[in-house]
Amino acid sequence: MSIQVTERTEPEPTAAETPLIRLRGVRKLFPITRGILFQKRIGNVHAVDGVDLDVHKGQTVGLVGETGCGKSTLARVIMRLYDATDGTIEFEGQDITRVRGNELRELRREMQMIFQDPYASLNPRKTVGTIIGTPVRLHGTVPRGKVKGEVQQLMELVGLNPEHYNRYPHEFSGGQRQRIGVARSLALKPKLIVCDEPVSALDVSIQAQVLNLLEDLQDELGLTYLFIAHDLSVVKHVSDRIAVMYLGKIVEMSDGGGLYRNPKHPYTGALLSAVPIPDPDLAAAKKRIILEGDVPSPIDPPSGCRFHPRCPNAQLPKCSEEEPELRTHHPGQVAACHFPLEDRAVIDTDAVR
Amino acid sequence: MPEPLLEVNDLKVHFPTDDGLVKAVDGVSFSLQAGETLGVVGESGSGKSVSFLTVMGLITRKQAQIEGEVIFQGQDLLTMPPEEMRTVRGEKISMIFQDPMTSLHPYYKVGDQISEAVRTHQKVSKQEAREQAVEMLRRTGIPRPDERADQYPHEFSGGMRQRAMIAMALSLNPDLLIADEPTTALDVTVQAQILDLIDRLKEEFNAAVALITHDLGVVAEHCDHIQVMYAGKIVEAGDRRDIYYKAHHPYTWGLLSSIPRLDDTGVRERLNPIRGLPPSLIFVPGGCAFNPRCPHVFDKCRTDVPELLPSDGHHASRCHLSLADKERIFQEQVMVRS
Repeated sequence: MSIQVTERTEPEPTAAETPLIRLRGVRKLFPITRGILFQKRIGNVHAVDGVDLDVHKGQTVGLVGETGCGKSTLARVIMRLYDATDGTIEFEGQDITRVRGNELRELRREMQMIFQDPYASLNPRKTVGTIIGTPVRLHGTVPRGKVKGEVQQLMELVGLNPEHYNRYPHEFSGGQRQRIGVARSLALKPKLIVCDEPVSALDVSIQAQVLNLLEDLQDELGLTYLFIAHDLSVVKHVSDRIAVMYLGKIVEMSDGGGLYRNPKHPYTGALLSAVPIPDPDLAAAKKRIILEGDVPSPIDPPSGCRFHPRCPNAQLPKCSEEEPELRTHHPGQVAACHFPLEDRAVIDTDAVR
Repeated sequence: MPEPLLEVNDLKVHFPTDDGLVKAVDGVSFSLQAGETLGVVGESGSGKSVSFLTVMGLITRKQAQIEGEVIFQGQDLLTMPPEEMRTVRGEKISMIFQDPMTSLHPYYKVGDQISEAVRTHQKVSKQEAREQAVEMLRRTGIPRPDERADQYPHEFSGGMRQRAMIAMALSLNPDLLIADEPTTALDVTVQAQILDLIDRLKEEFNAAVALITHDLGVVAEHCDHIQVMYAGKIVEAGDRRDIYYKAHHPYTWGLLSSIPRLDDTGVRERLNPIRGLPPSLIFVPGGCAFNPRCPHVFDKCRTDVPELLPSDGHHASRCHLSLADKERIFQEQVMVRS
C-alpha cells in the first residue's frame, strides 16, 4: 500500500472567509468482494481519489467530467449519503465527515439535492403537495396546519401553479417535474444545493427555463450550488468556478472564462472541443481533440497520469510513471499535467469574425 | 435535379384516443436526396419521431389514421403490403434509437443480435453472418470485435452500445439511416465520436441520413439541410446556413437562444428561453400553433394558419411576420453575439 499524497488545490482559507464546503483529500473506495460466506476483499473501485475543493457562500461551483469520473459519488459523499473512506469534509468550518444521529439530521436541513431524472426521483403515487411537503413535515420546521400554505408558496416560487397541489407527477411535463424537484429541495431553506445533472434529461428550450430558475433562486435566496454535469457549455453558463474531474481526481480548476480561453489540461481541451456549437462556421474552425475510447476502469486506474492512455500529448515514460500535481498556470487556474496545452482557445472565435 | 430518395407528401398521422384526436403529424412534406444528411429539430411532442416511425412502417393504419404519401425509391411505402415492407425495413431503411440499452436485447450476445438481422434478410450461413457481424463491429470502431461479439449488452458502455446499434443498422447496407436522438443519452465526448462515426459511415456506405434531435447545436456540424418542427408541422426548413445565420421563424429563434454557448463572453448572461410549454396535440391553438408562446404575436396569428412559404431557394418558413421584420428581429435579437 503506497501512501496517498493529496495535492493542495486550494489555498488555506483565511479566518475571514470560511468556505461553506471545504474538502481535503476526500477519497471514496468501494470494495469489490468475492465469496459468499467469507467475503474476501479482492480490490477497490477508486471512485473518488483525493479531492480538494472549496465552495464559497453564494457561489456556484461546476463539476464536469464523463460518466464514471466520480462526480456523482463525490456529490453523495458531500451530502453524507456515502461515508468518505479518507479525508475531511467541513461545512461552515465544522468537520462533518463522521457526524451521526441527530447531528446528521440537523445537517441534512442545510444541504439538499436535485436529481437528474425527474421521472425517477418523484414518487408516482404521491401528490405534488405531499412530495414537496414531506421534508417540512419530517423536520417539523413549519407547524402542521401551515404546511399546505408553505408548499403552495414554494410552488409559486418555482413557477408552478399552486392550485395543482393535488395533482400527481405524471400530470406534469419533464420541465415541470424538475421544478417540483427544485421546490422540494428548497422546502427546508438549505444553504447548499447539490444539482446532479439537473437539466441533462430536458429539451434545450425547457433546459434554459430551469437554468434561469436556478439563477433567479440563487439571487433571491442567496443559495450556494454545486452543479454537476457532463456538458461544459451548461456548466460554464452557471458556474463561477469549474472543476474538471477525470477518474476520481480533479485535473483542472478555473473560472469559466479562463477554461474557455486557454484550457491547460488536454482533457479539458477535449471536453471543450466535443461541445456542439450552434454555429456552422465556428464549429468548422474549432480544433478537434478527439478522445478515443471510454474512461478506463476505476478499479485499476492507469499508472502515473490517469489520462495518459487517452491523451494526445502524452510523452512516455514520464506520463505513465510520474503522477502530475496540480500547479498554478494562471491566477486562479490550476491543472495537473506534465505537458500542458499552450495558451490558446480550442474554439477560435477571432478566426471566424 | 435527380429523383429524391425519399419524398414525403402531406403526411398526416392522427391517433384516435379517448380524449380526442391527437394530431401528432399534421401535413408534413419534405424530400431527401441520396447521400444527404437531413436534420429534424423540435421539442418533445413536435411529431419528429412519429413522422419517421411512419416512414419506417412502424406506425400503421391499425394504430393511427394515416394520410399522404411516403415515396421511397419510386414506391409508396404507405400502400405497400406488410411482407414487402418487411424487406424494405432493415435492408433499405434502418433506424437507431435514443436509448441503446433498451433497444438491445439483454439476454442475447451482441454479435448474435447483429447476425440475426443479417440472417433474416440474406441467405447466408451462421458462420458467414457472424463474420459479417464482427466486421461491422470493427468498422464502427469497437476494439477487439471478435471478443466483443460474444459479450452481452450490459458489458458494453453506453457509447459502445450505440456503436453496436449502428453496426446492426448498417449491416444490411441500407440506403437510408434514420437516427432518432442517437446521442441524447450519451456524454458529450461520446456524442462527438458517434456523430463523427455516422458521418464517416454515411460516406462509406453512400447512405442518406435523417438525424432527429432536440438540440440545434448537434446538427450544426453534421447536417446539409435542416427542418424545424412544431406541433406536427414543419415551421422552418432550409440549408444549415439559412437556419443558423438567417432564421425566419420565432420558434427557431427561441431554440437558438435557449442554448448556453461556450463562446459567450458574459454579454448575454441570461438565457432567453421560449415561454411556456409545447401545446396539447388534441387542442392545437387556432391560427399559428406557436402563437401563445410567440413574443412577436399579432392579431392575424390568432386567426389565420400561416403557410410554409419559401423566401429564397430551399429556405421556407411558416410565419405571418413580413420578411423585412423577420430579418430585422433576427439581426437585433438573435444574432447578438460577442
